[in-house]
Amino acid sequence: MTPQDTATGVLQNAAAEPARGAVARFLDSWPPAVLAALAWIGGMVFVALFADSLAPYPYTALDLRARLSPPVFIGGDWRHILGSDELGRDVLSRLIVSIRMSVLIAFGATVISAVLGTSLGLLAAHFRGRIEQVVLALVDFQASMPFLIIALSVLAFFGNALPLFIALMGFHGWERYARIARGLTIAANEQGYANAVRQLGAGAARIYGLHVLPNIASTLIVTMTLTFPEIILLESGLSFLGLGVQPPMTSLGNMVGYGREYITRAPWIMLSPATAIVLTTLSISLVGDWLRDRLDPTLR
Amino acid sequence: MLRYLLSRLLRAALTIVAVVTFAFVVLRLSGDPALLIMSVDAPPEAIDAFRAAWGLDRPLWEQYFRYFLQVAQGNLGQSMRDGRPALTVVLERVPETLALTLPAFATKLLIGIPAGVYAALNRNRLADRLTMVLSVAGFTVPSFVLALLLVLIFAVNLGWLPSGGAESWRHAILPVITLGLSGAAILARFTRSAMLEVLGQPYIRAASAKGLPWRRVITDHALPNAAIPTVTIIGFMVGSLVAGAVVVESVFSWPGVGRLLVVAVANRDLAIVQTILLLVAFTMVCANLVVDMLYGWIDPRLRTARTQGA
Amino acid sequence: MNALLVARDLVRHYPVRTGLFRRPLRLRAVDGVSFVVPPARTLALVGESGCGKTTTAKLVLGLIPATSGEVTFAGEPLPAPHTSAWRAARRRMQMIYQDPLGALDRRLTVLSQVMEPLAIHSIGTKPERRERALALLDAVGLQPHLADRYPHELSGGQRQRVVLARALILEPALIVADEPVSALDVSIQAQVLNLFEDLQARFGVAYLFISHDLKVVRQVAHEVAVMYLGRIVEQGPPEALFRDPAHPYTRALVSAIPVVRRRAGRERIVLQGDPPNPIALPSGCAFHPRCPVAVATCRHETPALKPWHDGRLVACHVAHGEAALPQAA
Repeated sequence: MTPQDTATGVLQNAAAEPARGAVARFLDSWPPAVLAALAWIGGMVFVALFADSLAPYPYTALDLRARLSPPVFIGGDWRHILGSDELGRDVLSRLIVSIRMSVLIAFGATVISAVLGTSLGLLAAHFRGRIEQVVLALVDFQASMPFLIIALSVLAFFGNALPLFIALMGFHGWERYARIARGLTIAANEQGYANAVRQLGAGAARIYGLHVLPNIASTLIVTMTLTFPEIILLESGLSFLGLGVQPPMTSLGNMVGYGREYITRAPWIMLSPATAIVLTTLSISLVGDWLRDRLDPTLR
Repeated sequence: MLRYLLSRLLRAALTIVAVVTFAFVVLRLSGDPALLIMSVDAPPEAIDAFRAAWGLDRPLWEQYFRYFLQVAQGNLGQSMRDGRPALTVVLERVPETLALTLPAFATKLLIGIPAGVYAALNRNRLADRLTMVLSVAGFTVPSFVLALLLVLIFAVNLGWLPSGGAESWRHAILPVITLGLSGAAILARFTRSAMLEVLGQPYIRAASAKGLPWRRVITDHALPNAAIPTVTIIGFMVGSLVAGAVVVESVFSWPGVGRLLVVAVANRDLAIVQTILLLVAFTMVCANLVVDMLYGWIDPRLRTARTQGA
Repeated sequence: MNALLVARDLVRHYPVRTGLFRRPLRLRAVDGVSFVVPPARTLALVGESGCGKTTTAKLVLGLIPATSGEVTFAGEPLPAPHTSAWRAARRRMQMIYQDPLGALDRRLTVLSQVMEPLAIHSIGTKPERRERALALLDAVGLQPHLADRYPHELSGGQRQRVVLARALILEPALIVADEPVSALDVSIQAQVLNLFEDLQARFGVAYLFISHDLKVVRQVAHEVAVMYLGRIVEQGPPEALFRDPAHPYTRALVSAIPVVRRRAGRERIVLQGDPPNPIALPSGCAFHPRCPVAVATCRHETPALKPWHDGRLVACHVAHGEAALPQAA
């Protein structure tokens, strides 16, 4: 597409503007895909918060007479809406609890990662010199190794108790926050608003708390929407391999892992958590992209 | 230019030192290295020899240096399962992994890059939307889910392809497709945004305004400039050739390095884990170094940069 | 007349690495600068980019340490940068820059930013601060309805007024202004410069006004110091400098001011030679490679800044008649 095409395209679109109504304009600033994504995310959060009340059965409850029963829409009965697994445990209940576990882990890890990365970035930008060199070296190290390998090594050496696991996941992606925070803070410090306020006599707490952080927050939040799905994928991958969340606790990756053996006889065991994973990561990615486009009006 | 290369070399060396230090620290923190690294039926003399070689009764800094020496010599302990040297066990599996990752790498490049460029050139039209949807799908669907879906469709329901093992080249098809598609999706997305960024630059408009046919503008100006950031991500993929297939190998029971790693982690076969960690680090660092050198060659700004006074 | 700000023999050098194995060279950003700024008066520092004006400003505010020399403000030496004494001293000296948009936080309203210095130094209650901020916005000529706007919603001239209001709210005795009008349109420049003068009359604030633009300086300054490669080469009242420049560099600068109709006999002087490099300072007078009237002495001996016949300070052998004048000037 040539620049000339782009230009005529823009002019044609501009000419068509007046004919559209309020609904169309609403859909312009809130695209339907994003709305659907936000609805899904809201649903996931709701499930995560109220898992205990929503699950029809305790997730470890056995129902040996109803082993491997299919979901309602393929020929099963309403007792197990999404079917049951090889021990008769209700897939829907396990799904709900797994969602809570995965969302919790991803959320906790994202916050850890963001706080860790932002703090290091701010420190590097404020002190410069040696401290900055150390932080940059750490960022380099983190960025140059595939995180999966590091995670596996740590799991091998230290085991996978849940708090340790969450902390480990919290090390994914911190370097992105660090880089962003450092870059934006240096710009603010050199000729920008942070420098001006410092000139007025403000102390570090005011400069960073009231000025720098609110200004970089939106970029950091967009980064969080990018790392959150990656952490979900990482955690479910590790749990799928049996190295992450351990039974009797259940997570989405876990369920897929167990459902793998029954892929021929009872594919629904694996498909429900897989769908949940895909839809959740998709939703957050969509929202993240949309947020980024909204926040950067100079964009393409 | 030389200065640039030297600084990159230094950085690479520092990263390797950092990884080795990381392995050292982690090993120390998780128990007695002698017992962890040697196999369970190693005779006591071997364990004592190990302790001596690694200097486990010496001060910490001396242990550190000895560790370095051991690593450099390839003496990384023994596999817990069969007592063979860890390095040998791991290196044996590398060709198996490459048999998957190399074709997958080719697939990623051949599908991903053209898709991304095409999407960027036809921005907001159907081709772009479609490519982006597929690419987002590739990025949000985890590799194990994709793998299982492919198995479900092609192996279970259609029976065309085998679902596991590594007996014939036909066993490699599904794993390669899985790896290739996810990677292609990521590459497509990345290439697209790199191209879009370049296409928005004033010099593209200037080239077109000069009267250059649009195809020439793309091949002579847009692509070479978009190549620069793309090279980085390709470098990362090259670095993952050795261990990027952890999940896929596990799903398809493919006897490569990735599957070895998973089994080793599950069994706490720490010698193997350590070996793979160091091997991957080494590969990544080499790949990054090559990328940096390519940068120095492709990006003329780096070629001619010299520090001047003031 | 007690001086507000006294700078004496300020020197600031930077070591510069040129290669892995060569010894570092010295960048002489400021090479022996002395001046005095009296209360409620304006001293302008003029010169091309790289002559050391901004570095001098930073030295005077205590932002960077001097390699040698001293600065006294209201009779006292400056506190070390970023200590609490330094922060307290901010109440009496302020700096404004060329880019008002960068200096303002884009997420806060204009009013809250003008109020902020009072909050930092814990002056007054919130309603009192609001009152004062509104009064200052009025003093700089901004209408009250602009108080709740955001910086990007204002024009460049309006933003610079906001920055001025913010700088003045603490009632400082000195404001250092680094190219404050260079980014503004010419018509707006005049308005803002008038504002500078009004504020000086009203608040009794002294200015150290830095600019590369002589016409701007002519309007606001009581005294002008021309800098070249880290040294002051001429210093005196603006009218004297413009009507009869003593130093060859000043002459070239003045002749470059565009006029509507060129008077006969006023030729534009174009300097030959390379632009100055503060690392490789020429020997003797730093200006001699480009000077149209340079003589042998200029190559060997650095001229001292000495009083001229009308009281101005000039650093030039030729101007002081210490060398035989060549026939053509």
